[in-house]
Amino acid sequence: MTDLRELYQTVILDHNRHPRNFRMPQCHNHKAQGVNPLCGDEVQIYLQLNEAGIIEDISFQGRGCAISTASASIMTETLKGRSADEADTYFSAFHQLVTGEGGRAAAELDFSKLEVLGGVAAYPARVKCATLAWHTVQAALHQNNEKITTE
Amino acid sequence: MTSVAFDVDSVRADFPILKQQIHGRPLVYLDSGASAQKPEVVIQAVSDYYQRDHSNVHRGVHTLSQRATAAYEAVREKVCTLLNAARTSEIIYVSGTTAAINLVAQTYGRANLSIGSEVLVTEMEHHANIVPWQIACELSGATLKVVPFHDNGVLDLDQYRTMLSDNTRIVAVTHVSNALGTINPMTEMIRLAHDAGAVVLVDGAQAVPHMTVDVQALDCDFYAFSAHKLYGPTGFGILYGKESLLEAMPPWQGGGDMIKQVRFAQTTYNDLPYKFEAGTPHIAGAVGLGAAIDYVSGHGLGQIAAHERALLDYAQAQASAVSGLQVFGTAPDKAAVLSFELDGIHAHDVGTVLDHEGVAVRAGHHCAMPVMEHFGVAATVRASFGMYNNYDDVDALFAGIARTKDLMSA
Repeated sequence: MTDLRELYQTVILDHNRHPRNFRMPQCHNHKAQGVNPLCGDEVQIYLQLNEAGIIEDISFQGRGCAISTASASIMTETLKGRSADEADTYFSAFHQLVTGEGGRAAAELDFSKLEVLGGVAAYPARVKCATLAWHTVQAALHQNNEKITTE
Repeated sequence: MTSVAFDVDSVRADFPILKQQIHGRPLVYLDSGASAQKPEVVIQAVSDYYQRDHSNVHRGVHTLSQRATAAYEAVREKVCTLLNAARTSEIIYVSGTTAAINLVAQTYGRANLSIGSEVLVTEMEHHANIVPWQIACELSGATLKVVPFHDNGVLDLDQYRTMLSDNTRIVAVTHVSNALGTINPMTEMIRLAHDAGAVVLVDGAQAVPHMTVDVQALDCDFYAFSAHKLYGPTGFGILYGKESLLEAMPPWQGGGDMIKQVRFAQTTYNDLPYKFEAGTPHIAGAVGLGAAIDYVSGHGLGQIAAHERALLDYAQAQASAVSGLQVFGTAPDKAAVLSFELDGIHAHDVGTVLDHEGVAVRAGHHCAMPVMEHFGVAATVRASFGMYNNYDDVDALFAGIARTKDLMSA
């Protein structure tokens, strides 16, 4: 069971039980819905960008497994206060982390919270769970109000 | 073929794939509802066919073509016997249950549906018995109506009676629910549909591997199943249809083998069953299905059903003792399917932990999203049993469930 604990770290279970920024926001100017047709999971992402393009608020709603819920929760903590360009950079680094394709994230990125999801790399079937919220943020930022799927 | 006492140990020994470890644990395969594993005799039959007999069917005068054709057509007799169909002309080879249903929707459906007519399906159908009818209704202007089920997974027969009318042209219903295990009262449902003047298509994908099916006793108009859930190859399946209906239906796909004569002025279609079999078929699939039918018939579908029922009772008794475990589908008449949710733990997480224990289950919506919607869940965990499962497999499932709860609550 030790290797499974790599996937289901205590931090992940905590985010799953008590997801951060899991709420319907008072106001938002970007949103998108993401679904994983294989399992029926869905997530809605709400963003409030200011005039400078900085993500002032980010929150989510929906239902999913521990990996997707924790990933969405940690993502909101990571992206709040960052620009759309930075969000793209984080997504590509995060994608490399969970697919095991990249080396260490660049030093300028704050990966302190995201690293707990590194265990997903050993479970290819679960990569889509970990990236669903991130794909949805991309849709919210770049193709506003689009519904995206993992398939 | 005489049945011998059902010996699960000898059955298990016939399935090479079961003799392996997954993550260091013996494989416990509880996903036969998605696709059953193959006994050595099926694998061997397919291999022998390719090694010795392969050629195209119905085309050549040479020896191999005759051998291939003979092997291919002999399976029609076996299917006829398996389903107790009246004649082999009623046995159409298709790529699977999905293709069978689409064939009927696109031929019988489009010829008989129009504005004002209705198709009845049930809330517990697999997507393969919903979407083809949605398409047929959209093209014809007919209306699709949905018969609900009760919270225990039993179909609401009162609603069914009420919804049947002179407008009902087709009733498309699953014999056994893939997500809940419910065995529907087909004989009564078919009689009621016929009284209303409708024809009935039965999705038998989850029934044929687990019980004796007699299409004449049922008096169904169409019956569909897939070889791969009956321990045979993927990509092959059967559509049974009453001869009079099949004769009157227009063909579906055009091509070689489904014609008698092709002229640019006019083409004459082939006789049944070939009218619906365009193109080079999955010959090895038929051969494999033939071997699978021999295999299950040798053990006896009645004995297989009794064995699986005992496993289900054993599993349901254990399930009722697990706190926070909710079973979906508790119909008294039920096939060996245990669909459940573990309080607060998503089905995918349960599936991943169980996989680590060597236990293969399905985690998801089981291609039956309306069933998930009925219960307000996104996904369930489904353990589905086959003839090779034993009590140890059930114990391994529940040991895995206990470990899942431990791990996820830490």
